[in-house]
Order: sequence, then C-alpha cells, then structure tokens
Amino acid sequence: MQVGLISLLDGLVYGMLLFMLASGLTLILSMMGVLNFAHASVYMLGAYFAYQIDQWVGFWPALVIAPVLCGSIGAAIEVWGLRRVHHNGHIAELLFTFGLVFIIGRGVQMIWGMLPMAYRVPAGLDFPLFSLYGENFPAYRGFMLLVSGGMLFTTWLLLKKTRIGLIIQASLTHPGMVSALGHNVPLVFTTVFAGGSFLAGLAGVIAGNYLTTESAMADAMGPIVFVVVIFGGLGSLAGCFTASILMGMVQTFSVVFDYSFADALKPLGVTLAANDLLGEILTIPMSRIGPLVPYALLILILLFRPRGLMGTRET
Amino acid sequence: MSEATQAREARILPARPAAARTLRYWPWLAALLVSVVLPWLFYDWQHARHAGFIVSVLSQTGMMIIFALSFNMLMGQAGLLSFCHSVLFGLAGYSTVHFLNAAGAGELPVPMELIPLLAGLSGLGFAAVFGYMATKQRSTAFAMITLGIVQLVTTAATMFHHFFGGEGGVKTDRMIDNSLFGLKYAHAIEVYYLIVAWTLVAAIGMYFHTNTPLGRMANACRDNHERAQFVGYDPRIVRFLQFSLAGFYAGIAGGLFAITYEIVTFDAVAAPLAANALLMAYIGGATTFVGPVLGAILITLMQSVVSLMSNSWLIYVGVLFITMVIFAPAGITGIILKHAPIMRAGLMRRLVLPYSRVLVPGVIVLFGSIGLVELLSFFTIGRAQGKRLELFGQPLDIQSAVPWLICLVCLLGGGFWLARESRQFKRIWDGLMEIAQPGGTP
Repeated sequence: MQVGLISLLDGLVYGMLLFMLASGLTLILSMMGVLNFAHASVYMLGAYFAYQIDQWVGFWPALVIAPVLCGSIGAAIEVWGLRRVHHNGHIAELLFTFGLVFIIGRGVQMIWGMLPMAYRVPAGLDFPLFSLYGENFPAYRGFMLLVSGGMLFTTWLLLKKTRIGLIIQASLTHPGMVSALGHNVPLVFTTVFAGGSFLAGLAGVIAGNYLTTESAMADAMGPIVFVVVIFGGLGSLAGCFTASILMGMVQTFSVVFDYSFADALKPLGVTLAANDLLGEILTIPMSRIGPLVPYALLILILLFRPRGLMGTRET
Repeated sequence: MSEATQAREARILPARPAAARTLRYWPWLAALLVSVVLPWLFYDWQHARHAGFIVSVLSQTGMMIIFALSFNMLMGQAGLLSFCHSVLFGLAGYSTVHFLNAAGAGELPVPMELIPLLAGLSGLGFAAVFGYMATKQRSTAFAMITLGIVQLVTTAATMFHHFFGGEGGVKTDRMIDNSLFGLKYAHAIEVYYLIVAWTLVAAIGMYFHTNTPLGRMANACRDNHERAQFVGYDPRIVRFLQFSLAGFYAGIAGGLFAITYEIVTFDAVAAPLAANALLMAYIGGATTFVGPVLGAILITLMQSVVSLMSNSWLIYVGVLFITMVIFAPAGITGIILKHAPIMRAGLMRRLVLPYSRVLVPGVIVLFGSIGLVELLSFFTIGRAQGKRLELFGQPLDIQSAVPWLICLVCLLGGGFWLARESRQFKRIWDGLMEIAQPGGTP
C-alpha cells in the first residue's frame, strides 16, 4: 500500500511530464502530418538552456526564458526548414527533423561537453513536502505537478475558449476545409510548432534537474514520447493525456512489481525453468522488463486497434 | 495505369525498353574487378601482409552496401520508411553466431560459404514476423511501428541472456573448418573475398527484383496505393512481401557482419544502425538503384576516416543530410541524373565556368564552417581529451580571437557570396535547360 501511493504520485509526475512533451508532438503530427523527431531534442535544449540561465541569473527567470527560446527555435525550424521541404512530402519533412537530431545532439555536446550538467533543484524547493509511511515526497515533484497541471489547464483554455484554439481544433480534423475557409493555415502551423516546442522546452526545464541534464536525455525520452503519441491516437489530446498517464504509471509500477508470468502460472501447477529464451522471458520478474512494457503495449494496440486509444482517424 | 502515373514512374525509375532491361554486364564486372584489386593496392609488399585497416574498411563497406540496398528496397522502391531495418540485420547476426557455434561443434554441416544464406533465411523469418505487424500500416504510421519494434528488440537484447547474451553480446569463432574451397578464414582478406562474392550475389538479386512484378507493384503502391488497390492488388500483401524480401538481404548483411567481427552485441539491432542505412540510401539517392551503393561507400568512408580526424563527424553528417533534404532530395545520383538532358544536348562545357564560380565561395564557406565546428568542439571535448588542436595542418591557439574571426568571416562573407553566385547559377542552369529540352518542364 505504502509503495502504491508514492508510486502513484511518481507515476503521475512522470505521466504529466510525458504529456507536456507528447501534447506538442501529437498536435504537430495530427495537424501537419510531420513526425517531429527533433521534439525530444528541443526538450533537451530546454534543459541545457535552463541550466545555463540558472547559472547566470537563477532558476525562476530560466523557467520563463528557456521555454521562450525553445519556442522561437521551433518557429525558426518551421519557417526556414519545414516549409522549404514541405513540397517534397511528409517523408522529406520527417527526414529534415531527423537530421536536426544529429545536429542538435552533437551541437549540445560541442557547446556544453559530454559530461552531465550540474543542474540542480532550486534551493527554495529542495525540501520534503510531506511524508507518507515514512517516505518523503519532495516538494520539487509537487512543483512539477503544479507546472504541468497549470500548463494542461492553460492549453485546454487556449484550445477551447479562444478563436485560434478553435481554428487549431478544426485543423486537427479538417485541415483542407480550414484553409478553404480562408484561414492562414501556414501561420497556424508555425504557431502550433512554436507552441509545441515551447511546451517541450518547459518540460526540459522542469525535468532537467529531476532527471539528469545530459546529451543522452533526448534519446532516452524520444522513443517513449512516440509510444505515447501513437498509443493515444492521432488527433486526440484526451487520448494523448490518457496514454501519458498510463505510460507514466506503467513505468513506475513495473519497477516495484516483482512477479513474472511464471509466478502467475504456479497456482495452476505449472513450473517453468529459465533454461531457454522462452523460459527466460516467462520467468523474468516484471521489475526487470519494465522498460520493455511500453513498446510491447504499443505493438499490441497497433495490432488490435490501429488508430490508437482514442484516435479519430487512421494516419 | 494512367499516363500521369506512368510519367511519374518513368521519372523515378526510367523504364527501359525490354531488350535493354536485362543485366548490363560491364558495370557489374567493373565493380567486381575494382573490389578484387583494391586491397592489393594497399598491400605491404615489404612485410608481405595486407593493410588491416583498409581490408576492414572495405569489408565494412561491402556489408553496408547490401544493407543500404535492402533498406532502399523499402524506402526507395516501396516508399516505406523503416527504422527497424537494423533489427533484421542484427537478429540475423545473432542467429549467425549460433549457426557458427553449432557448425564449429560439428552439429551443423554447412560450409562457411553458405552460412550467409542461412543468415538471410533467418532474416527472412524475422522479417515475416515483424513485417506482419508493421505492414498493416503504411507511411508515417509504418515508420512509427518500426520505431516501436526497434526499441522493443534493442531493450530485449540487452536484457535476455539466452540467444542475445545480454549486454556483452554473443561471441563465436569463424574457423569452423568446413569450406567448399578448403579455406580456413583465418585472415581478414579471405573474409573480405567472401563478402565481395555475397555482396555481388545480393546486389544482383536485388537488381533483378526491381524488375519483377512484385518490385513494380511496390513502386505502384508507393506512388498511389489506392489505384494499386483498384487494379486488384492488395497493397498490404505487396508491402509484406517486399518487407520480408528486404529482410532476407538485410539478413545476409547481418550474417557477414557476424562472420567478420565474430561478435554481435545489441548495437547491431539498435536504431543508430538503421539511421545509418537511411543516411546512406538518402545521401546516395534513394530513387536510383546505385544510389545506396554510393551512399554506403561515402558514409562508411566518412565513418572510418573522418571520425579519426574529427570529434564532430556526426555534425558533418547531419549538415550534409539536411542540405541534401532541402536542396537535393534525390541524392547524389539525383544531382548527376539532372545533368542528363544538358549532357545529351552537348552543353556540359557551358557549365564549367558557372560551376567554378560557385565552387570558390562554396569552398570558403566549407572552410569557415569546418573551422568553427572544430574550434567549438575542441573548446569543450578536445581539450578534455588533452589533445592539441591542429587545423588544416596548422597548430592553433583557441584562446586567441584570430582563428575564430577568420572562420566567422569566411562563413558569413562566403555565405553571402555563395548566395549571390547560386542565384546567378540558377539563371544559367534554367537557360541551358530551356535549350536542352525546349518546351519541357525542367
């Protein structure tokens, strides 16, 4: 039980973090059809920027400046990069962002070096918020929940209550119709791309000191965010949210879940030994194959429900 | 097939008259000759031995050619962007290690020369399994599923000790003492010739495949999958078969990899290798058959030579890749093919001057950007390694502002100059095109 509650909170923190990244990605993917590989790289840039600004000015300015920087980088990528390759089709756009991954990944190493950065939780937030069954819940995780929750609310407000939000929603499902009605769809694209990059940057700022700020963080986060996007389904922010929380929970709970398939079979009188590959797969405890679970879930959902959890359309 | 589709296909894969469609011998013979002779050019006659580094680079190039070609069976031919091609390569590599171990123990009476065939068959098997899942979708969704597969298998490979050997990988000994020609495969050069032979076989196989009905249907599904459905084909089956066959050839490459290095780790299934195949096929030119071959040679050379000279070769690859995506989506072979009408009209001479005018600022920009990248990367990475910076044969002091300024001026000034010259060049090019194919759209 005690493990359960803390894990639940941790899973929520991680899930919200995933959602900050995945929401931008799913908007970009559903509207523009661009699978933005550089999204996790922008997230990494956010963390590095935050570290640098934290060194110069402090954490609170970094919380604002770094995401804005990331947002402008996103806008620049869209205007000067993606629009130029747009006429060559979606694959060319995808490949363009793919090339950016190399450049950003290596560029970060060039500027900041290979070692992890000493980007720390700000002193004002470095205390235990409350204790549950003798286990502390750090205030910074509460702060992360607050930021991501606030961002969720703001995004929801923007999308549901403003005019540009209406156009974005319409472009999600009927991009052709929206442009036929005379809206400036390229501008909407740029806005969404910049907004998505802003969110990715913000995620980088608050995750950089919770996880580690290093040049491998983009590669660590990228695949799982893709899983979330596909799992949730295209064109659906609600699906994306559900999938994020689910993946967050799966990742944290699988670590504490110490059973294997073989244990489940034991009451039936079946005993398995790990003396071949199949036996090993069946007897390995869940806590060790945790990293595998999201990908296995992804393949399962694609086999049985190709449009994802709440997807409105097939790609 | 409508005329529009036909014209489109003709642009991408020129449909030759039936008589000329059969294998033309001379390029293959030339390639064979070059690859047989090449290691001997670097032979150390004094010590009577081969240059190990050269033979290893050449072997690597050989297997990468097969790998890039088989990747292009999906990307170029069928329009499927697969990120799990390394999985087929790597799993076949793992299988080959187990085949070799069994053969070494005398349990598998297969000569060394046929082991790559077994590897190819296991690649085919794995491709059928993963292809069943991935080819349910096409386009972006397909790419995403393959992304999931590559992560799944890579994570599994580091985790399980049976078959994969965990993080350390599995090892083998290629001297199984069973050869059709009585070879021992103790020397790298013998393995190199095995690779040459299999590269040729695989390349010929894949070349013929482009002209089979399945290969043509893959093109059709790439260009217009709805229309292909109306003709009466199931695009999904076409994708599945194409994926499985590509897996067969990737498996051969993976088998050769296992034979050469005698160890296979999770790196062989991981995504960076698939990304490599993508870079090779795209930079070389995915729309032609020889494109990936060129790309494989270029990237492997860069990987083994430039990475020795510079810490930041990945940046160069990235910039090269992005430049290609923006300016030359058809790759190097695409650039060459664009000259065909001008060449036919005998106007190539009139391009010499414009090209040299673009070349000068181009070289300056290149100089400036390489200088800046190297200076910057030395600032953080190189200095930590305790090296001294030498650029273009010139020892440099990174503390002084002079080299930074020179590079910056070269980059910016050269950039402006290059932009001006390329506008001029485009005018001349369009003019020549107008003469070369009057009335035709360039």
